[in-house]
Amino acid sequence: MPEQLIFAMEVTLNGLMAGVLYALVALGFVLIYKASGIFNYAQGVMALFAAMTLVGIMNGQVPFAHLINAIFGGHITHFGWTIPSFIAILLTVAVMVLLAWLVQVLVMKHLVGQEPIILFMATIGLAYFLEGVADLMWGSEIKTLDVGIPQGINLWIDEKTYNIFGYGFFIDNLDIVATIVAALLVTGLVIFAQYTKQGRAMRAVADDHQAALSVGISLNFIWVLVWSVAGFVALVAGIMWGTKSGVQFSLSLIALKALPVLMLGGFTSIPGAIVGGLIIGVGEKLFEFAIGPMVGGATENWFAYVLALLFLVFRPQGLFGEKIIERV
Amino acid sequence: MKLKLTTLALGALMAAGPAMADLVFPSLSYRTGPYAAGGIPFADGYADYFTLVNERDGGIGGVKARVIECETGYNTEKGVECYESTKGEGALVYQPLSTGITYQLIPKTAADGIPLHTMGYGRTSAANGKVFGNVFNYPANYWDGASGIITYLLDSNGGDIKGKKIALLYHNSAYGKEPIRTLEELSKKHGFELSTLPVDHPGQEQKSQWLQIRRDRPDYVVMWGWGVMNQVAIQEAANVRFPMENFIGVWWSGAEHDVLSAGAKADGYKAVTFHNVGRDFPVFDDIQTYVVDKGLAAGAGDQIGNVLYNRGMYAAMLAVEAAKTAQEIHGVADITPAMMRDGMEALEMPEARMSALGMPYFGPSFNVSCENHGGPGLVGMTQWDADTKTWSLISDFQKTDTSVIQPLIEADSASYAEENKIGGRCN
Repeated sequence: MPEQLIFAMEVTLNGLMAGVLYALVALGFVLIYKASGIFNYAQGVMALFAAMTLVGIMNGQVPFAHLINAIFGGHITHFGWTIPSFIAILLTVAVMVLLAWLVQVLVMKHLVGQEPIILFMATIGLAYFLEGVADLMWGSEIKTLDVGIPQGINLWIDEKTYNIFGYGFFIDNLDIVATIVAALLVTGLVIFAQYTKQGRAMRAVADDHQAALSVGISLNFIWVLVWSVAGFVALVAGIMWGTKSGVQFSLSLIALKALPVLMLGGFTSIPGAIVGGLIIGVGEKLFEFAIGPMVGGATENWFAYVLALLFLVFRPQGLFGEKIIERV
Repeated sequence: MKLKLTTLALGALMAAGPAMADLVFPSLSYRTGPYAAGGIPFADGYADYFTLVNERDGGIGGVKARVIECETGYNTEKGVECYESTKGEGALVYQPLSTGITYQLIPKTAADGIPLHTMGYGRTSAANGKVFGNVFNYPANYWDGASGIITYLLDSNGGDIKGKKIALLYHNSAYGKEPIRTLEELSKKHGFELSTLPVDHPGQEQKSQWLQIRRDRPDYVVMWGWGVMNQVAIQEAANVRFPMENFIGVWWSGAEHDVLSAGAKADGYKAVTFHNVGRDFPVFDDIQTYVVDKGLAAGAGDQIGNVLYNRGMYAAMLAVEAAKTAQEIHGVADITPAMMRDGMEALEMPEARMSALGMPYFGPSFNVSCENHGGPGLVGMTQWDADTKTWSLISDFQKTDTSVIQPLIEADSASYAEENKIGGRCN
């Protein structure tokens, strides 16, 4: 088999894995947009906030320590204990639920019935507020996140592919874990939406919130639920990306990777986010592999958007999005 | 009413009096945003050294130093706003800690007559004092960094790197592209094979670049990164099992936070530097006593000895020494920006002077002159020990290849002079 073809296969596999990581971020956007029609600009910052909170809890860090020290004097930084990652994840989920409730009670509740652009603006405000709060709460230094996810080349795949092709493929263990987690997450979300009372209520609100209201479904509860689930998805994305690069401000920028995925997969479809992520991941990696060297490289960022725009031209609602028909 | 207004005006004048007599050193810092992890320790080191000088020595030549901090977020527009809002305070020198901001400030500071010190960043050809009268980039610039890495590799390979494959992994920005020309020239001279791999901002995703490195198997990877790009690159290098001792970063890719998240796998990673590392210097004992213990530290006091804290402190020390030189030249304590510029141009930093300041062998010995605003370009190599979590200087501060760098500086500064119709100085 030609060497370039073998390399292309390796690139494709890595593109699929990268696509899963993009899809993890895109899922959070989809959940909120589907249920409330809000494009949540703060989703990337929620991933940052969740990851920072997780590391802070695991390390026994005192939240707002700088502020407390500045006001009351002293040099407190840590409680002096550490918390196992599983318990810390549960506590972080609780924090994200609390955040969801606060967002609903303090912001979204007061904007019911407003234009989508107003709601979008509110989430921009929320993003910047959360960025500041996260820094104030946990400090802006880079934090190492280790919840036990293995990283580095998968030796089994390396060996097997070497035996077949004479060249061992590189697949990162972290990417394999992310793929499994994403599969479980999507399965869990589908089961939740299809087979639980709250899930069905969530779907009802997504379809027609006024009709849902008329049959006694609490919009407040459902929106808190949706923001909580989006917060949980943000935590999962934050763990995966934070394990790779350390937990730091740049995590909030991973949202940029989700936008082309959403444009391609549609804003209202969970399978769309997954398929969109995979197409973007493979597309940008293969383009960089084949064309990148001819044009100086660094094509991935812009090519992802070009690919998404191409899809938009032929299918404006995205691959799996709902076709909007407005009668005049 | 008239009496009240007069009293208020007098009060304001009295309040403004001592402030006018201070020596003002603005700090264009970034404690927020994607590059805060690098900006915070630098800003802390910069501020703490001035506090030390005030507390221990009573100021510079008897005049207190005042640091005005302005948050840029590493954003060029905000950096320019910071410059405009602080220059009226009597700013003596600006250190923007950003190549983007530097490029914007070069014409502005020239017009306002305020010196600009861009230590290890900014416009490399500003080393030519005949063209850039107000800009200084001593003791080393980007091209010295690139050349220093190649010099180190030559030393490690018995003076012969012909046929070796060197990949440059760089931040796809003006900053990241700086070493390309120098490395291309050095590649022609020494016969190594250079390949370039750009990484788009912010650098969170580098799978393609590292797959290519794994396929091409270069002998060495040189990195010109900043922010999250550094941490991801070091992690990816570990993932593809690239030998860490053959991975060398520029000085903006060689701080503690760049390597810590990769854990033990980062052991052996190297970075070129123009100043020493660690906290084993008497000056840090003074900072602990006069600044941290008194509760006057700019941060929590926990960054002392970290690479970027040291760099910020070193920048402040060079500013203080230049101010002292200016005071000696002009015979006045309350110097102006123009006098500060003269002090910077006449700065001499022999080893004896650094030792006397409690910083023995902290940086290379160098002199600045009218023609040469960049110093001799001596750089050393540091290496990370993941066990002890410390950087160590593993080489002397060595000469870089001026036969390659100087013609590039001359050519670039000549084109700047032509574009901006600048006549030569130093005749």
